[in-house]
Amino acid sequence: MTAMGAEHDRRELLIATIAGLLDGVRHVAVGASSPIPAAGAMLLRARNEAAGKPPVRVSILGSEQHNFFTNGSVELFDCAAQGRVDAFFLGGGQIDGHGNINLVGTGDYPKTDVRWPGSFGSAYLYHLVPRVILFREEHSPRVFVPKVDFISAAAHTPEVARRGGPHALLTNMAVFDFDKARGRFRLRSVHPPYAATDIRAKTGFDYEEPNTVPFTAHPDAATLALMRGRILDELAESYPTFARSMAEAA
Amino acid sequence: MTDIIALEALAARIAPGQSLAIPVTGVSMAATCALIESGMTGLKLVCVPVSGLQADLLIGAGSVGAIETSAVTLGEAGGAPRFAAGVRGGAFALSDSTCPAILAGLLAAQKGVPFMPIAGIVGSDLLRVRPDWKVIDSPVGEPGQVVVVPAIAPDVALFHAPEADRAGNVRIGRRRELAGMAYAAKRTLVTVERIVARNLLETEDSAAGVLPSLYVDAVAVAEHGSWPLPLQGEYDGDDAEVARYAAMARTEEGFRAYLSAFLTRRRQVA
Repeated sequence: MTAMGAEHDRRELLIATIAGLLDGVRHVAVGASSPIPAAGAMLLRARNEAAGKPPVRVSILGSEQHNFFTNGSVELFDCAAQGRVDAFFLGGGQIDGHGNINLVGTGDYPKTDVRWPGSFGSAYLYHLVPRVILFREEHSPRVFVPKVDFISAAAHTPEVARRGGPHALLTNMAVFDFDKARGRFRLRSVHPPYAATDIRAKTGFDYEEPNTVPFTAHPDAATLALMRGRILDELAESYPTFARSMAEAA
Repeated sequence: MTDIIALEALAARIAPGQSLAIPVTGVSMAATCALIESGMTGLKLVCVPVSGLQADLLIGAGSVGAIETSAVTLGEAGGAPRFAAGVRGGAFALSDSTCPAILAGLLAAQKGVPFMPIAGIVGSDLLRVRPDWKVIDSPVGEPGQVVVVPAIAPDVALFHAPEADRAGNVRIGRRRELAGMAYAAKRTLVTVERIVARNLLETEDSAAGVLPSLYVDAVAVAEHGSWPLPLQGEYDGDDAEVARYAAMARTEEGFRAYLSAFLTRRRQVA
C-alpha cells in the first residue's frame, strides 16, 4: 500500500472510532481545526439518521452550515453550562496519565521553552461536558507524559461538583478508556498493525491493560460508503483541503 | 453621535498604552495596518477570546506591551510565530486565560459590576498564574467553591463589520460577541465594507443583528477590511496568504520583509 493510502485508511479508522465513542449523544460540539473529530460527529449523525435512531445535533465552530448558534462565541460555553452539550474534543501538547492536559507549553511558565497557542476553553469545558474525547494523533512519550508541565485543564477535582471530564483517549495507535473512579487510563484496543507492547513503549505514563488487547475494529462497508460520500461532502465546507485529500486518496 | 471618518483618523483615536479589545471574527485588519504604520506602541491587547494574524502582526511590529488571551494561533496555518517568540523573550506582559473567562470579564463590565462568577476552571494552573482570579465560597445557593474573574473594561473595542448606516448603526449579524465588546469598552471603533443609505433600525428584520450607534464612537469605510481573514457572509479567508505569513514570520527578518510587503498590499486592496 502507498503511504498516502495507509494515511487515508488510518484516518477512516479514526473517524469511525470517534463515531463509536460518541454513540448515544444528543449534541456534540467540535472546536476549530478539527477535521477528523468533525467527520466522526457527522458520521454518527448520518448513521443515526439511516437507522432511525434519535437525531444528533452537531455544532462545528467556524462553520456556517453546521452551526446553529446565534448568540456569538459565548453560546457554546453557556450551552455547556446548561448541560446541553454532551460531547466535545480536546487535545494537548502534553497529556498525562491522570487525564490532565497542557495546551500552554513546556518548561517554566511564563517563559516556556516551547509555547503552544493557549488553553482555549479547556479549563471550563472539561468540567462541564460529560463526554470529553481526548484526541491526539501523535502517540509518543513527549506527548503522553507522567505529569504535564502546565495544567490547562484538570481531569479530577473532588473539591468541586462537576459533570464533565475525560471519557476516552484516541491516538494514531490506540484507544484508551478513562476510568473516572481510579483516575487512570485503560487500554481498550490497538489499531492494526500495532501490538500492546508498541503502545507501552510509546506511552510515557502508566495505564491499566487487560490480559488480551483486541484490535480496533475496521469500519464496515456501509460505514465506508457513508464516509466516502455524504461525510466528505459535508466536510468540504469547513475543511476543503482535508476533504479533497481524503477523496483523492480513496 | 457616531463620527464617520477616514481610516487613518479612526486609528489615530487609539493612543499608545491603551487596552484594545479585538475579536476572532470580524477582525479589522485595515485598522491594524493603520495602527502599525502610525508607529503604535504599548497596546494592551484583550483577545475576545483568542486571536491570530492580527495579534501576531501587532506583536511582531512592536506595538504590544501586554496581552490577555486564551490562545493565539494561525489555525490551519499553525502556531503564531511572533507570539511564541515574544513569550520566550518576555517581550510583553502575558495574561493567559480561558475563553469563557474573558467573555465573563467583559460581561461584568457590561453590567457595571466588579467581577463575574464562572463555572469550571478549578484545578487549572491558570488560577496559579492569574492571581487576579479568585476562588470563593458561593455566598448563595448550594454550598461550594466558585471562581470569580474581574471585570474587563477595555479602553477601546475595534472590529470590522459588513455595513453601517449613516447614523452609525452597525450590522454585526450573529457575531454577538462584537456587541459584548462594545458594551464593555469605553469607546468602540468600527471599520465597515460600506455605508448604506437605509436606516438599519427601520424594521424588525433589519434591526435584529444590529449594534446601535449609541455604542459606536466612530466608523470608517475599509473595503476588504478583514483581508486576508474572512468576513462572515461577505468573503472567505485568503488561506494561502496566511500560510505565507506563517512561513515567513518564523524569523525576525522574514517577518520584517512580510510586513513591509503586506502594508503596501493592504493599501492597494483598500
